[in-house]
Amino acid sequence: MRPKTLFDKIWETHIVHEEAGKPTLLYIDLHLVHEVTSPQAFEGLREAKRKIRRTDKTFATMDHNVPTIDRNNIKDPISAQQIETLEKNCKEFGIELFDLASPYQGIVHVIGPEQGLTKPGSTIVCGDSHTSTHGAFGALAFGIGTSEVEHVMSTQCLWQNKPKTFEVQVNGKRPKGVTAKDIILSIIGEIGTAGATGYVIEYTGETIRNLSMEQRMTICNMSIEGGARAGMISPDEITLNYLRDKPRIKTLNNLDSLMDDWIKLASDEGALFDETLKLDATKIAPQVSWGTSPGMVTGINNKVPNPKNFEDPVKRKSIEDALAYMGLQADTSIEDIKIDTVFIGSCTNGRIEDLIAASKIIKGNKVSSKVKAIVVPGSQVVKYQAEKLGIDKIFKDAGFEWRESGCSMCLAMNPDKLSPGERAASTSNRNFEGRQGKGGRTHLVSPTMAAAAAINGRFTDVRSFDVDLGEY
Amino acid sequence: MEKFQTVISRPAPLDSSNVDTDQIIPKQFLKRIERTGFGQFLFFDWRFNDDGSINEKFILNEKRFEDSEILLSQENFGCGSSREHAPWALRDYGFKVIISTSFADILFNNCFKNCILPIVITEEKLDYLFKSTLEFEDYQVKVDLENLILSDNKNFTEKLDIDPYRRKCLLEGLDDIALTLIHEDKITLYEKASIE
Repeated sequence: MRPKTLFDKIWETHIVHEEAGKPTLLYIDLHLVHEVTSPQAFEGLREAKRKIRRTDKTFATMDHNVPTIDRNNIKDPISAQQIETLEKNCKEFGIELFDLASPYQGIVHVIGPEQGLTKPGSTIVCGDSHTSTHGAFGALAFGIGTSEVEHVMSTQCLWQNKPKTFEVQVNGKRPKGVTAKDIILSIIGEIGTAGATGYVIEYTGETIRNLSMEQRMTICNMSIEGGARAGMISPDEITLNYLRDKPRIKTLNNLDSLMDDWIKLASDEGALFDETLKLDATKIAPQVSWGTSPGMVTGINNKVPNPKNFEDPVKRKSIEDALAYMGLQADTSIEDIKIDTVFIGSCTNGRIEDLIAASKIIKGNKVSSKVKAIVVPGSQVVKYQAEKLGIDKIFKDAGFEWRESGCSMCLAMNPDKLSPGERAASTSNRNFEGRQGKGGRTHLVSPTMAAAAAINGRFTDVRSFDVDLGEY
Repeated sequence: MEKFQTVISRPAPLDSSNVDTDQIIPKQFLKRIERTGFGQFLFFDWRFNDDGSINEKFILNEKRFEDSEILLSQENFGCGSSREHAPWALRDYGFKVIISTSFADILFNNCFKNCILPIVITEEKLDYLFKSTLEFEDYQVKVDLENLILSDNKNFTEKLDIDPYRRKCLLEGLDDIALTLIHEDKITLYEKASIE
């Protein structure tokens, strides 16, 4: 039999209807819903007098708008209305909601895996582009628009044109201080923000196989920043071990046979991909983005590029525009860039391993007097885990603010935002103009690099800290 | 959905690459719970100055492009989030066609759900459209989806390559969900088979 990729196996087992000249009707196993991209979809259902086909495959939470200080007192009336609307809609249509009072509330892409809703081999969608996160479990997971949210609600299916496959193979031992975030940032730096448009990426190679599940989620999370429809990693023992004790997995009565099936989903030896890129992890340095697109990124020991060195006029202009917006001079050393704010959190880097690693850098140090620093755990469960470990205390003692969970400053729909000209070291996923607040300047980094920047008030090579980060 | 009709308009040239959805519609406008009224917020941070006045330097604010129904932009238009608020804003503002060398995947899909036709053309041809619309006061581009022809009132004609199924949906204004429900028996069969 022809060797198959993980993607092929999932695609083939989810076809509901196929005919020549049309997209494929694909079955969706899990639909995650949040407050921002769903109200218009629910309204559409009401107008057409339609129901949700599979309420047992649909779960909701509020994360984008949620305040991280006093969550019971939402001052912005429009945010409050959007959150109330989700509550009402979930009640009316019979969907399970992890609301603000739930100990399991959090960023939708953090709580899915945490609760065991995310399963290998499944198709997962959400009205959010970072749905690719769930691909770390060997699922086909991607973001959709609100019309498609409504479509999945009423049919549990989606029309999809089959994407091509892209293998990104990373080999070699990660140098100390080089994290999953640095790997994915350097991949995007390599392929560009549209490099994987039309493709689903599978990350392979020994470096990827040696990553923990949380680190794999960081990698898959940012697939969209390289233009990919989805990112995925073949399930293995690490996947199964992570899943085994998750609330909605451990109660499955046929778990052993499911696990046997899940492991077989891995791409077969010799399976063909439409495109392949090989990367050497030993050559990757801790990354810092300098521009207004995630592909505008470089190693900590490098300099901000000079547009004069670029011949392509479109590229040159985009670098000039980016430097003007970022308030940076060409050829500045990255380590000379001073920062005002540090944000540790988001669906990219707001999990417990991220917080533990950052806290190891922070421990015994103080946040620079010129820096405002906040930690926003990805979920209430992460917050609880961290508090049990005493990590909150390490952050607070150093001068960090310790907040409630949510998307927070990653996209600044809640009160956590940058002011014009304010410069942030952020563990989030997008450095677009105005992303973290109008006029705000975002530099994307790993949690440990963010922690180091908080202490020194400027970007600092985390490898200069004598701290054992274990396998992080 | 409304039916897509032939569009004749002078294109508005937005000379930026990687125009992301945070630029198309900034996050503070995502809190509305309606589908309508987003046009006023399109490219908000570019169209308006900090004090709320109109940014005269922004190309879409120039009188000659005020009524454009076709938007030209450089590569990777619409990258970033999945927010359908982006095409809602584009359509509500008046754009029915977007022409670029490449589009981000999710926005590309979302356009078709909102009666916007995204057209991919080569860099050379896009350059020509950019130059022409800036140069000729009487410049007009015609997008004829029925006959798959992109042309202008000079000498330019280009055959359009649009997915036939998507073309049909746009031209007939088909409701996606109703089309899917034709296959409801198959969905039910699939569900039954997966339980076993």
